[in-house]
Amino acid sequence: MSKLSEAIKNKEFVITSEVGPPKGTNMKECLEEAKHFGDKVMAINVTDIQSAVMRIGSLATCIKLKELGYEPIMQMVCRDRNRLSLQSELLNADIFGIENMLCLTGDHQTLGDHPECKGVFDLDSVQLLAAAKGLMAGQDLAGGKLDGSPNFLLGGVVSPGLEPVELQIMKMEKKIQAGAKFIQTQSIFEPEKFRQFMEKVKHINVPIFAGIIILKSVGMARFMNKNVAGVSVPEEMIKEMKATKDKKATGVAIAARIIREIKPYCQGVHIMPLGWADTVPEIIKQAEL
Amino acid sequence: MIIAKLKPFDEIKEMLEDYRKILVLGCGSCVAVCMAGGEKEAGLLTTQLQMAFELDKSGKTVETITILRQCDREYIEEVKEKLGQYDAILSIACGVGVQFTAEVLDGTKILLPGLNTTFLGATAEPGTWVERCLACGDCVLDETGGVCPVTMCSKSLMNGPCGGHEEGKCEVERTRDCGWVLIYERLKKLNKLDLLKTFKGPKNYGAVKRPDKIIHEAYQPVAVEKEEAKDKK
Repeated sequence: MSKLSEAIKNKEFVITSEVGPPKGTNMKECLEEAKHFGDKVMAINVTDIQSAVMRIGSLATCIKLKELGYEPIMQMVCRDRNRLSLQSELLNADIFGIENMLCLTGDHQTLGDHPECKGVFDLDSVQLLAAAKGLMAGQDLAGGKLDGSPNFLLGGVVSPGLEPVELQIMKMEKKIQAGAKFIQTQSIFEPEKFRQFMEKVKHINVPIFAGIIILKSVGMARFMNKNVAGVSVPEEMIKEMKATKDKKATGVAIAARIIREIKPYCQGVHIMPLGWADTVPEIIKQAEL
Repeated sequence: MIIAKLKPFDEIKEMLEDYRKILVLGCGSCVAVCMAGGEKEAGLLTTQLQMAFELDKSGKTVETITILRQCDREYIEEVKEKLGQYDAILSIACGVGVQFTAEVLDGTKILLPGLNTTFLGATAEPGTWVERCLACGDCVLDETGGVCPVTMCSKSLMNGPCGGHEEGKCEVERTRDCGWVLIYERLKKLNKLDLLKTFKGPKNYGAVKRPDKIIHEAYQPVAVEKEEAKDKK
């Protein structure tokens, strides 16, 4: 059983973090990021051709992390593979001992560095979860029987800041019906709004881990407000970043403060350091986790 | 209808480099409505080419005719003989028309495409056309309030939106509506939001066996006889 499954079973407050595979074969920096996270991070998300920018794959990076003793959460998106390849990759992941699988739609190919490529989206994220659940039960999407079936802890994502929120909740419910055993959220900057969202989904019986992004600069906050759907950094936080001399310390303090405020309403946090992996232990410490 | 747009003029001109006697063949149906390849556009393009070739002193000639439909054998046959007089035929029909005219002429004459065929669409307002159908062969509009998730969602998602929409707009372009927000709003008006709660399984992308063929029931015996006659030969 994965550490993540165990923690969920024991109703522990879950802490996960994230690395992005590199563009090129130099894995050094990416793997070193994992070292910084510290013991409290139970598992590490590995993104799947993040932002549609061509790079090392999720499974290969997960295998590397596992070799070093870390527990990966493999992300899988629907953009680049049809149902044959997605199901095959799920089997691949299992034989390499990958236990946690996070299924997502994936950013549109036109937003990446190969905008002329053909997007696949043969399955959507809900159908991918259902396909994984089927494989776990020994059957593929065409009804074919498997000789040996994989075993995963399946997860999905939700974006609490998106309107209409009912549509987000409906899709999240479908993900859970399709087999998701945990949910990670888009990054949270407004604790009160998050509390209201969690109130709306209190009927949900799987743990929800709040996404936390460390603010690195005023520019980054403004960029996210403009370009990242469902993310809204409040003006006071931007002012705080503007006023500080030590961006890193303030970024950490803000992230820790958000975690302290939302802790009572969720079952864990997923910290996305975006290159500032070394700040993760300090955030956890200041957040009193 | 089928929506298309004229290729860049320089691309068309380059295509015609090896030919002297050119015919611009217009199509009087879909592409006439979307103001890309009808009689009027054929006339304009012909004049434009004549002027360009005149300036080049290349000695090329350009004439034009327009038929009602280049996707219908009957109308192509009517002008088949005439088409034989040219070195090349620049068809400004959709891709179907270009191919079908080429098929009728069966290698006796080169067909060149003057348009890029873009989508199946409707007239949103005069001069504006919008895509509405991807011809998937497995219509689900009954479940989505008459808004197609395959077409109107840039990722053709079947179970709800991705996390990329913002204020009802798609992540691909913030000026483009999110198909799933449109579906949600329509179903809300219809008081049928419950339809969204049902899990939609993987779509049957094999519903259309591309390139596909449909034979109307009433014509099937004829088709069978034709095949049988071919076998006997």
